[in-house]
Amino acid sequence: MPQSADKVLDHAPLFQQPEYREMLANKKLKFECGHTAETITQIGDWTKSWEYREKNLAREAVTINPAKACQPVGAVFAAQGYEGTLPFVHGSQGCVAYYRSHLSRHFKEPSSAVSSSMTEDAAVFGGLTNLIEGLANARALYKPAMIAVSTTCMAEVIGDDLNSFIQKAKEAESVPGDYPVPFAHTPAFVGSHVDGYDNMQKGILHQFWHGAVREPGTSINIIPGFDGFAVANNREIKRMLDAMGVEFTFLGDVSDVYDTPSDGQFRMFDGGTTLAAAKDAINAKATLSMQAFCSPKTLDYVRDTGQETAVFNYPMGVGATDAFLMKVSELTGRAIPDSLARDRGRLIDAMADSQAYLHGKTFSIFGDPDFVLGMAKFIMEMGGEPVHCLATNGSKKWAKQMKELLASSPFGHQGQVWEGKDLWHMRSFLMTEPTDFLIGSSYGKYLERDTGIPLIRLTFPIFDRHHHHRFPTWGYQGGLTVLVKILDAVFLKLDTATSGIGETDYSFDLTR
Amino acid sequence: MAKDHANGPEELESLIKEVLEAYPEKARKKRAKHLAVTTATDEAPDPVTGIASNCDAAKSNIKSVPGVMTIRGCAYAGSKGVVWGPIKDMVHISHGPVGCGQYSWSQRRNYYVGETGVDSFVTMQFTTDFQEKDIVFGGDKKLEKTIDEINGLFPLANGITVQSECPIGLIGDDIEAVAKKKHKDIGKTIVPVRCEGFRGVSQSLGHHIANDAVRDWIFEKPESEAAKSYEPGPYDVNIIGDYNIGGDAWASRILLEEIGLSVVGCWSGDATLAEMERAPKARLNLIHCYRSMNYICRYMEEKYAIGWMEYNFFGPTQIAASLRAIAAQFDATIQENAEKVIAKYQPLVDAVLAKYRPRLEGKSVMLYVGGLRPRHVVTAYDDLGMVIAGTGYEFAHADDYKRTGHYVKEGTLIYDDVTGYELEKFIERVRPDLVGSGIKEKYPVQKMGIPFRQMHSWDYSGPYHGYDGFAIFARDMDMAINNPVWGLFDAPWLAAPAALAAE
Repeated sequence: MPQSADKVLDHAPLFQQPEYREMLANKKLKFECGHTAETITQIGDWTKSWEYREKNLAREAVTINPAKACQPVGAVFAAQGYEGTLPFVHGSQGCVAYYRSHLSRHFKEPSSAVSSSMTEDAAVFGGLTNLIEGLANARALYKPAMIAVSTTCMAEVIGDDLNSFIQKAKEAESVPGDYPVPFAHTPAFVGSHVDGYDNMQKGILHQFWHGAVREPGTSINIIPGFDGFAVANNREIKRMLDAMGVEFTFLGDVSDVYDTPSDGQFRMFDGGTTLAAAKDAINAKATLSMQAFCSPKTLDYVRDTGQETAVFNYPMGVGATDAFLMKVSELTGRAIPDSLARDRGRLIDAMADSQAYLHGKTFSIFGDPDFVLGMAKFIMEMGGEPVHCLATNGSKKWAKQMKELLASSPFGHQGQVWEGKDLWHMRSFLMTEPTDFLIGSSYGKYLERDTGIPLIRLTFPIFDRHHHHRFPTWGYQGGLTVLVKILDAVFLKLDTATSGIGETDYSFDLTR
Repeated sequence: MAKDHANGPEELESLIKEVLEAYPEKARKKRAKHLAVTTATDEAPDPVTGIASNCDAAKSNIKSVPGVMTIRGCAYAGSKGVVWGPIKDMVHISHGPVGCGQYSWSQRRNYYVGETGVDSFVTMQFTTDFQEKDIVFGGDKKLEKTIDEINGLFPLANGITVQSECPIGLIGDDIEAVAKKKHKDIGKTIVPVRCEGFRGVSQSLGHHIANDAVRDWIFEKPESEAAKSYEPGPYDVNIIGDYNIGGDAWASRILLEEIGLSVVGCWSGDATLAEMERAPKARLNLIHCYRSMNYICRYMEEKYAIGWMEYNFFGPTQIAASLRAIAAQFDATIQENAEKVIAKYQPLVDAVLAKYRPRLEGKSVMLYVGGLRPRHVVTAYDDLGMVIAGTGYEFAHADDYKRTGHYVKEGTLIYDDVTGYELEKFIERVRPDLVGSGIKEKYPVQKMGIPFRQMHSWDYSGPYHGYDGFAIFARDMDMAINNPVWGLFDAPWLAAPAALAAE
């Protein structure tokens, strides 16, 4: 008998026991009617070939294993960054269950959002009644300070107009006339989650800034963008800005929302940008977006108010952090203090200590457009060489910028840019032109399994490793986290390759 | 000292009233029909559990109230996520925008054996990734091309299903016509499923639609070679409604084989298309998740005269009772085998209970899950000496609640399609020792200092079915409840001075 109370075996070891192996072999033989082992091997080998890669690249209709999500999850995430704000998604209810699960699986934290629960009758008559009822119920139960409305594709296809619906809801006294209900249309069939983030940010700023008169001040605004590491990254940016003595406002800050303590109390709402601060933010001197591709529309809107803007692409590593700090210094007139120069020096120190293990290593990178840009830049600073740079939600514009970045360094000479491609394309790239490492999200684990190329998890979503997002990847200190994660993968690969007793273990060095 | 924990039927009734007070009037009236406390009944107690209670008070399977944070999913989740998704040698296309397929990708832990991307496709995400032009001009052409591309890149896929997302039904696409056309072109089974997320009120209609698609696009088509060539045996059965989460179906199959039965098809965990096609050759359908697959069993009964029976492989009491009940459908050999198998595993059961029961005895549990688990797992907790304080379903129908009366005692809190608000308040006031629910509920509950296990995904553990699974179930509940972390929540310096002085 495979199981015992002394040593309970769960799935991984249990099904390796002879009883189960025999049972499964028997099932396959007698009942499954599968293909022969020979055929499977033959086709399996073919999927690794250049011929298959060409066929795979010729795809025009089907997307397989994409590295992107749909707009509303980005809108939900953006809204959660504001004080006491309940995201309200107008449309089918299953979508909201999916967004909440998706975010919770990454952050290992609660994720609150509600739906207007539209069904067939709403598909015919429109969802106004659902919205009117839903806003009142959500406000009565959860007492949010603000309800931020976005849409699922169902509501978009039937053409529900949020502006007039919310107006009508207020007329029907679903919520008071002066109650903040910002909104954004977030069709799932346009763009991706980064666009949903942008649209909702713009909607929220419009809520507070529309009709307001700007009195230009000296503070700056920061738009962090859709970021799975936001908890630690936002805190790291704040730490650096505090060190500079800069007055600033985060426009959407989930760092406390997605990091509440366990002390016996469930805080549905905690932290976030206060509504007063969001309102005042119109008076800032400038708004800086940490992720250009998460904020084009929002920044257009910001510029219309007369503010200056500046954009970055997920600033990781030395140069990107330098550029960010110098821009802040330029905008605010505040000097970059010695403490940050020392942080910088410590990161460089660590990179210099370890450069021999990084120089010339090749990397494939996938993720959101800004992440891939920021990651490739830092890899090149370490002496690594980006090879396959892939963003399923990357545009032509992104590809151009990516190519310019690669051309800016001798370490980018191998770089290939794959906009709009998916992780099944990436499989072909890695099979035909393998790299030493793969950087991306948990979805990359299937590529790691199929190709044997180690995956380094550095971007959303990370479902199968815990708590990485609690450590920053931005700024000089974040650079250290990233450096160590990459080095750990390098050393593990080296140790694994040299652990064959009496065969390869002469290189199993104690000191590296 | 003020008693702040609700306990006993009267207090639970007043807790319900109190919770309902937060709602606006219309929503309050609607929600009141979904919350109840089980009462006594004159019905004869269940022969296995010895329990009979009236659990019919709750209204179910009706629309969720907007804006309240329902935990429910949609018809697509019921079809792609539950019924069709686990069939391993077919490619399941999430037809529409990218999100639905992305959020459900690899999340139900439907274990399978196969070469992913070559002859098996369960943990892959295939989508037509609709763009605006597809909405405006329709997606049928894109779907045709998608099917051709899949057929070209995955020649060993034995079939394709089209899992409709919301827009499909709204823009008037004719996926059935595409399926017929492409079937002619490529000769493979192609199943269009109308499981748009806005249909029905929960996952439940998606199950039903998915069952109907099995009927219309597999059973009512000309018999396949796999089915024709199968020689039926006297002990052939199907496992129906086991999705092999964490390997559940395997831990069940091993028992059925041990008593001498032959499992022709396992629906749909680790299943192949052939297992679906051959199912009508079996003598008996054994149904675990009644909610999601009773429809096709009723159809098979009518069309092929195959009987069906429900069984429960959670916990030794139900496993033994189920093995006997299943064996009773066959001859004396099988019945003797069942007794032998029960006896064989008894030492394991005894050892598991000796180890874990003392650690779990008397602990209270609140459940909120889907299909069958809000009742099916109750006896497994009972085997460990644990007590169910409350239970509820995301998408049950009246027949599920009727069955629940055979599992939970009088005075149990029942909540149908519970809202985030209600569940939090109930848990706060009942303060059970353990909550079993889903990922969305896990972290709020744990922050309240209450141990939690995900009971959809087995919290990445499992299997929980069968004798082998029961040992894991017991271990996991012990780990959850008796981990030292729950004792660390209160900072010592924040303890009330009065309490310190009183010591």
